[in-house]
Amino acid sequence: MTEKVKIAVVGAGPGGLSAAAHAAELGVSHVLLEKTKKHADTIQKYQKGKHVMAEPNVLPLRSPVPFEQGTREVILDGWAEALEKHGVDVRYGAGVSGIEGERGAFRLTLENGEVVEAETIILGIGVQGNPRRLGAPGDDADFVQYQLDDPDEYKGESIVVVGAGDAAIENAVALAKHNNVAIVNRRDEFARAKDGNIALILSAIEAGDVTCFYGTNVARVDTGDFNGAPGQLVLSTPNGEVPVPVHRIIARLGAVPQRGLVEAFGVEFPSKDANALPTLSSQYECNVPGMYIIGALGGYPLIKQAMNQGYEVVEYILGNKINPADHPLLEEKFKALPYKEDVDGILAMMQERIPVFSGVNPLMFREVMLDSAVHAPAEGSVIFEKNDYTNTFYTILDGEVQIEVAPGLTIASGQGNFFGEMSLLSGRRRSATVRAGKGCVLIETPRRTMNKLLNSVDAARRVLDETFILRTIQSRFAPGVPLEVLRPIAAAAQLNQYKAGELLFAEGDDADTLHLIRSGSVTIAKNFGEREIPMAYVAAGNYVGEMGLLGNSTRSASVRATVKTETVSLDAEAFNALLDATPALRAEMEGAVRSRSQQNVRMQGSDGSGDVLSFLMQQGLGEATDVLLIDKSSCVNCDNCEVACAETHDGTSRLNRKAGAVFAEIHVPTSCRHCEDPHCMKDCPPDAIRRAPGGEVFIGDNCIGCGNCERNCPYGVIQMAYKPPPKPGFWSWLLFGAGPGPGQKAGGKASKDEIKKAVKCDMCKDLAGGPACVRACPTGAAVRLSPEAFVDVVSARLP
Amino acid sequence: MFESFLTYRSGRWFWWALALSAVSIGLYAWHDLPDPPNGGTWLGYTLGSVAAALIVWLIWLGRRKRDYGSKVGTVQGWTSAHVYLGTALIIVATLHTGFQFGWNLHTLAYTLMMIVILSGFFGIWAYARYPSRMTENTGGKSRPELYTEVAELDRQLQRLAEKGGPEVATAVASAVERTVVGGSWLAQLKREDRSEVQLPGKGLVSNAGMAAIVDFVIEHLGASRDGAQGEALRELSTLLGNRARLLSRIRRDVQLVGLLRVWLFVHVPVAFACLAALTAHIVSVFIYW
Repeated sequence: MTEKVKIAVVGAGPGGLSAAAHAAELGVSHVLLEKTKKHADTIQKYQKGKHVMAEPNVLPLRSPVPFEQGTREVILDGWAEALEKHGVDVRYGAGVSGIEGERGAFRLTLENGEVVEAETIILGIGVQGNPRRLGAPGDDADFVQYQLDDPDEYKGESIVVVGAGDAAIENAVALAKHNNVAIVNRRDEFARAKDGNIALILSAIEAGDVTCFYGTNVARVDTGDFNGAPGQLVLSTPNGEVPVPVHRIIARLGAVPQRGLVEAFGVEFPSKDANALPTLSSQYECNVPGMYIIGALGGYPLIKQAMNQGYEVVEYILGNKINPADHPLLEEKFKALPYKEDVDGILAMMQERIPVFSGVNPLMFREVMLDSAVHAPAEGSVIFEKNDYTNTFYTILDGEVQIEVAPGLTIASGQGNFFGEMSLLSGRRRSATVRAGKGCVLIETPRRTMNKLLNSVDAARRVLDETFILRTIQSRFAPGVPLEVLRPIAAAAQLNQYKAGELLFAEGDDADTLHLIRSGSVTIAKNFGEREIPMAYVAAGNYVGEMGLLGNSTRSASVRATVKTETVSLDAEAFNALLDATPALRAEMEGAVRSRSQQNVRMQGSDGSGDVLSFLMQQGLGEATDVLLIDKSSCVNCDNCEVACAETHDGTSRLNRKAGAVFAEIHVPTSCRHCEDPHCMKDCPPDAIRRAPGGEVFIGDNCIGCGNCERNCPYGVIQMAYKPPPKPGFWSWLLFGAGPGPGQKAGGKASKDEIKKAVKCDMCKDLAGGPACVRACPTGAAVRLSPEAFVDVVSARLP
Repeated sequence: MFESFLTYRSGRWFWWALALSAVSIGLYAWHDLPDPPNGGTWLGYTLGSVAAALIVWLIWLGRRKRDYGSKVGTVQGWTSAHVYLGTALIIVATLHTGFQFGWNLHTLAYTLMMIVILSGFFGIWAYARYPSRMTENTGGKSRPELYTEVAELDRQLQRLAEKGGPEVATAVASAVERTVVGGSWLAQLKREDRSEVQLPGKGLVSNAGMAAIVDFVIEHLGASRDGAQGEALRELSTLLGNRARLLSRIRRDVQLVGLLRVWLFVHVPVAFACLAALTAHIVSVFIYW
């Protein structure tokens, strides 16, 4: 049986709900197809009572469905009511497995075999994806489940958990309390999970609470009566097939990304990059005419954005040319500019004039401009100073800027050019001071927005990479040499990427390239017998491999990436051309070789110094820009550092002195290292995590409490915490015993509506005088250091 | 890099303290002393005022330490100054007394002050000596980590003990349950092990160093004829030995933390007593002038 509607909305998330409700409100024939049994599945899965934020606050909501910040329950109820009120034709349990046809005649095949015909399609299926299935014969048995809501629901059952990630481990351990539980791990060890969970499962296995099948795959699932159990799971173990009678199988194998499914619908992605977004028109239409994409799948992860898009896309389908909800925001933003054109005119002009943006689709560019700032600075005013920490990327819309590449040496850059591209690598300082020139109009784009763009637009990425190499060579090696001379040298240079622990080159290799470290860091190590002993640590912005090129023909040491590292490499020929062009560079290089040799000899002369360096690298300090170290030989365990941190930061200490490894009396406590490329920044929906001009990575007030950063930080330095109620003053504590006193923890939360938000070290950027932890240490045991000082830490430990 | 509070900024407060002491001694030597010497001369009042101001400021460290957002120097700098100027107080205050001591309020204030200063010296010594020993003792592990290890060992012990027979299982459970770490402050400082164990036929006996339970397990091992049981008992005795070593480390850690703090229980209250006595001294001097 088939039916035909004007609009088929796929996915009943915020965007889909809003679109379907708007269609219903307008009396347009529609259907809302939802794979699961309830609307807004992702939000249904939030924990009970979770407070949902409504960022961005400046954006007005445009939807027949209500939404403002509040608890999960209130929001879900409001949405259910709206579905009812507008008479939305919603169908649950209707996952779409295939789409074919074209505008006016699409055929959507559902998982149950039914077909829906539609003139247009709105895809709002998010990025959560479907749980990965067991993929073995019989995996459709009703005792196979892919989710576990309440482990206490089951008692006295034989349960097999399949998977080795955090979810599998947590489920297995929780179920083991009342059930007979086995866990199936495809590999020989648990490596994918968090350390805490690995410890948990290993001790449960050792204690016999959980049986573990290592190196094992699922062969098939049989249904029937197996000693009273409704089925059995047949495992293919290294010792042959093993049947396990089961009441229940819980498969926690992660999710299949939506991308495969979406590509099967005919949607194209511009690159293979996992972060790439489908190309959309300014009306959310993808490459398949008549198919529209909204919400997280189109690159808009916030609820309100998705809901607005749902409304707008229905208007567009009906042929109404409404302005997007963000139109007034752009209008306001462009007021400061000396142009008479309207918003669309200015946007078009920007794309026309600036090559980096010209290949970007208008919708995405609009988003870029929403995040960006525009400036028309007075001539001569400073845009940024050399050595500031970078956060933003600039493009020149009009006029020119003066870039001071070296003291007294200024070059002009004009319309269509960009600068500040080093900002795309967080944790790098500005390499030059830039001043506004005559008639200068600039677009300032945040790092995250720009990186999102580059992941999706290859052309922009290429333009940037070429310029990056050229400017890096110029600023690092040959400030006085014109770009024209350097262009052939840069053309021969390569961008290389290395994983943590990967070798750039090994001792004894032919020395044929010089590496300039673009991001990450490396250690230089020499082999002594069997052991590789690190001699030096080299941070981003410096170079390695120069010894080989000046004189030696083979490498005198091995160089290894400590973290994910990118380098620009120059081959010997290009490098020699550079040396010929710049005599001063030869002298500098020879000086560098001398001091590195001296350092190597010094390190070789002492046992154990390399071990200290190895230890620091093992603690992940290779990607740090600033780290807290404690000298155990003078730490008296007074905890004043933690207390000072809590007292100056809403009652929650952002460092844990009792945790962290110790080696040679150097303690690396659990505390933020302000990573060069912070893991926490990667997936922050409201973009609340930023880097301050001083280099501090901090979380802004617009945190929505989602906890992504807490999960993404490999060093466990982010916590979710309430803001506590205010405490009485010092004197009322001392004289009248009012509590909690200084340093004592205030329980509870400041107000009823308070939600847990992410907190982390901000290096006390708002306090004069520097980090409170260091300032509060009575004995001088606590210090904060930048990686350049690691060598000093190591040599301080030398005899 | 790391700089001790003693060498803070090249020992700047050491030099200030030295200068203060030298000036005080010089003035005292040059000054015409009354007979008997007393604090009533201009120099006496000056030294007394300086000493009183110092005492108030030294006690103020307790306030500064809790003023976590303060921009007035660092706590390390304050500690350094506290130590050196506090030491100079011995000279200043002693010269203020003119070496006139007796069984009176004035000498009481002086005595209390000296107790505070001397307890502070112990503190400096402790701060220099014990942190390294703590790291050495625990291998850099924190107390919670050590307790996690104990809990882990206990779990293994329980499993093995069950294989060793019901008597052994009960005894081992009793040994685990009656393990004592810490206790009164004196017990902490003396690293006392008041652990006990309930053994069949012997009743409740001391189990210091896990010795009693180890002996008990070894006795059973000698009597065991069952291969698997013997193996379990052998392993059990090894684990009990490990547990004893681990607990001894924890007790040593408790002791060292105690030693790092115990002096403060003298230093701080006596400082307040000293402040009270000082106030009485000043008031009485003005009343009986």
